[in-house]
Amino acid sequence: MESSQADINREIEAAAQQPGGPQPKLDYPSYRSSILRHPKQPPHLIDPESVELWAPAFGHRDVAVDEADLTIQHAGTPIGERIVVTGRVLDGDGHPVANQLVEVWQANAAGRYRHQRDQHPAPHDPNFTGVGRMLTGPDGTYRFQTIKPGPYPWRNHLNAWRPAHIHFSLFGTDFTQRLVTQMYFPGDPLFPLDPIYQSITDPKARDLLIAQYDHEVTTPEWSTGYRWDVVLTGTHRTPLESDIEETA
Amino acid sequence: MSAVPGQTVGPFFHLGLEYDAMNELVPPGNPKAVRLHGTVRDGNGDPVPDAVLEIWQADPQGAVLRQPGSLRRDGWTFTGWGRAATGADGHYQFFTLEPGATEPGTAPFFAVTVFARGLMDRLFTRAYLPDVPELSSDPLLSAVAEDRRHTLITTREPDGLVFDVRLQGDDETVFLTYPRLRDAWS
Ligand SMILES: [Fe+2]
Repeated sequence: MESSQADINREIEAAAQQPGGPQPKLDYPSYRSSILRHPKQPPHLIDPESVELWAPAFGHRDVAVDEADLTIQHAGTPIGERIVVTGRVLDGDGHPVANQLVEVWQANAAGRYRHQRDQHPAPHDPNFTGVGRMLTGPDGTYRFQTIKPGPYPWRNHLNAWRPAHIHFSLFGTDFTQRLVTQMYFPGDPLFPLDPIYQSITDPKARDLLIAQYDHEVTTPEWSTGYRWDVVLTGTHRTPLESDIEETA
Repeated sequence: MSAVPGQTVGPFFHLGLEYDAMNELVPPGNPKAVRLHGTVRDGNGDPVPDAVLEIWQADPQGAVLRQPGSLRRDGWTFTGWGRAATGADGHYQFFTLEPGATEPGTAPFFAVTVFARGLMDRLFTRAYLPDVPELSSDPLLSAVAEDRRHTLITTREPDGLVFDVRLQGDDETVFLTYPRLRDAWS
C-alpha cells in the first residue's frame, strides 16, 4: 500500500530519535529506493594509497567558460527567476580547492528535468537544459548563472514533493574527497517532509546544504544572488606549498 | 571545518554527468585497450539501471597522471579517469589500459566510486587486477575476511576484466572509508 505523507513524517521523526551523525544515513527506509541499495556491512577503514592520494585534474580544455551560464544555451531566454549561485570550494582544513571541476544539473522553473525519465506533467522550457560546468578559481571560487528550479513531485509516497534544489558534483585534491550532493534554497516549506534531506539527521549538518541569499551577489536590474560554500573532507596528503594558493 | 554532507545522485544524473566518450579512457579500437565491465546489483540481486561508476587509475607504467582532458577526450592523452552509467540491464563498461603498480611490490588497482539513485551517498571501493603475485601481500586484501576478498578483485574473461558491484546482500562488495572522512564526521 502506498504510504501517505503522514506515514513518512512519522518515520522521519522516529529516525531522528537515533541521530546518525552529519552524513546521510545510508539505511533510511523512508526513502523507499534506499531499502535494497544500501550496504549492510560497515565500510572497511584503510589509509589511502597510490591513486587514492590524488584526484583527477581538469583544465580549460575540459570546460568552456560559457558552460557556467545556464541561461544562454539556447536561442531564447529561459523562463523563471534569474539567479547567480557562487561560493568557494574548500578542503576540510580550510584550504581552497583551486582549478577543480564543478558540475551542476537541475530542473527548470516549473520543476521539470530535461530527462526522458521525468514524467512530471509540467512544461519543458525549450530555452533551458539545466546543465552547467565550471572550474574553481585560484581561491576555490565557483560561480554560475541559472534560473531558480521549481520543486517537483516524485513517487516515493503519495503526494511526495522534493524541495527545490540544484545537484552538485565536486572533486577535491585527493580521491577520497569526491562529493555529490544537492544545494537547497533558504526557507523551503518542504524541508521537514523530504526523506532525502531528512536522511541527514543532524540539523546542523543539514543546514550546510542550504544556500544563503546574498544581496552582494544580487545585481541591479538583472538577477538575485545566492552564496553557498562547500567544505569537503580533509586531504590525506600533506599539502605542498604549490597546492596552497593565496586566499586573500 | 564540517564537511558538507552528500546526497543521492538521483534518477536524472545523466543530464548533468554524461558526456561523449566518458567511459573511453582510450578509444575502444586501441590495440592495448582493455574492457573493464560488470553489473551493479541490489539486495535482491536485481540489476541497478541507474547507477554511475567512476574509475581513477595509474597508467600501465604505474604513473599517476594528472592530465586534463577527461571531459574532452582527444583520443591520445591518457588521463586515468573515466565515468560510466549502467544501462537497463545494470551493466556498465569502460575502455582503458591496465594500471601498473605505483610502488614496486604493490598490487595495481582501479579506485572506484559508485553512485546510484536510492544510494544516499557515494561509495568507494577498489578493483584489483587479477593474477598478480602481489595480491597475496596486499594490506587491504589481507585485512578483509577471506570470503569477501574476491569482491575486490576483477576476473579476467575473454570479453575483458569483469568487476561486478553488489550494493547489498550475499556477496556484498567491500566498500571503503578513509581516516579523514571519519575525522570530519565524528
Ligand atoms: Fe533532483
